[in-house]
Amino acid sequence: MQIQLSEADGTPYYQQVANQVKFLVASGRLEPHEQLPSVRGLAQQLTITPNTVARAYRELESEGVVISKRGAGVFISNGVSPLSNKEKRRILNERMDALLTESRQLGVDEETLLKLLRQRSQKFDSYKEGEK
Amino acid sequence: MTENVIEIENLSRRFGTKQALSDVSLSVPEGCVFGLVGENGAGKTTLLRHVLGFLKPQQGMVRVFGTDPVADPAGVLGRIGHLSENRDLPTWMSIHELFEFTRAFYPKWDPVYAEELRIMFELSPQQKVTTLSRGQLARAGLLLALAHRPPLLVLDEPSSGLDPVVRKDILDAIIRTVVDEGRTVLFSSHLLDEVQRVSDRIAILDQGRILLSSPLDEVLVSHYQLTVRFQEPQPFFPQLTGALLSTGSGREWIILCNGQKQTLEKELQDMNGEILEQNAPTLEEIFVARMKSVERNTAE
Repeated sequence: MQIQLSEADGTPYYQQVANQVKFLVASGRLEPHEQLPSVRGLAQQLTITPNTVARAYRELESEGVVISKRGAGVFISNGVSPLSNKEKRRILNERMDALLTESRQLGVDEETLLKLLRQRSQKFDSYKEGEK
Repeated sequence: MTENVIEIENLSRRFGTKQALSDVSLSVPEGCVFGLVGENGAGKTTLLRHVLGFLKPQQGMVRVFGTDPVADPAGVLGRIGHLSENRDLPTWMSIHELFEFTRAFYPKWDPVYAEELRIMFELSPQQKVTTLSRGQLARAGLLLALAHRPPLLVLDEPSSGLDPVVRKDILDAIIRTVVDEGRTVLFSSHLLDEVQRVSDRIAILDQGRILLSSPLDEVLVSHYQLTVRFQEPQPFFPQLTGALLSTGSGREWIILCNGQKQTLEKELQDMNGEILEQNAPTLEEIFVARMKSVERNTAE
């Protein structure tokens, strides 16, 4: 599992780890039932404290991305996210606001943005296919 | 509840007329990496020397593993791996002699682990301490601090003046120490990106006082940076609730703020100011803003 942490970003490390695991799952690089590195292993790999990794895993578990099995380790869950619709919308709204700010600043209109989004989504899917 | 490995209450220390520490209280829980930051002369080394029992509190109390380090130096120091700021190692010894010498003080010295570290740090047993480079000296000091597998590691500016390769060794050693059976690390540093990377908790010392002491995540989340645009150019940045530091001119300003977001947003609205962007500042940016804000308040 490849994770890159950025110091130039004030986002807490546990959040950076959680976000990147989510990205790896969404893009198919981590598959359902796949085991994640142990808390201690990932802490050493990334040179961050085990508490940070444990917190990232807890966060991912509460969002339904991973399941931790006592004594066995932490695994990617089956793909069904138990988040409520309201919560899902809240997370996406935040991202969309950032995207809209950026695109308006760049002078890209809504129509073009939607087209780009669709193209990107297709690319994402074909990448996922290619992995298999 | 995990126990606190270090407990400091209302510690004050004066050297002549200089108040080195005033009313410092902090606790370091077991299994935690605690980063101590502050400018030169803020009192970091003095604080660490109290933890090691090299200085006796003039006021207040210091407990390490529940014991007074001044009353029981052997009991406390035997359980601490310590790297001092100036790496004062006996220069006339060879690396091998240095190991044997240090080993005599620590019943728990692990010769296999020491040898493993020696090979990893590429230190030759015959080499004399005088001939070691700065980086090698730091590695030798770190090895001595680690080889008796202490439950507590105290490092004073472990990576200052070192190249990135040795700094990485030191950070790895810190992480290995906590990963290894929940040991505890207290370290001071100027390099805030490193502190941000490896710490669970941090404290900022300023002129002998604790300015802030809290879990690192809370520090990062409670501070935010805003880019603000006013309808009219502003000659100075207005006083706003929670704003620590502002840079900019005319209509656009960047401010670093702490908490009280709703109040600040309301104040901005009243002044026809609009928030263009919000970012998460790094620990370094937060530290600078905090220090500047203190300076400003003292000057006023």
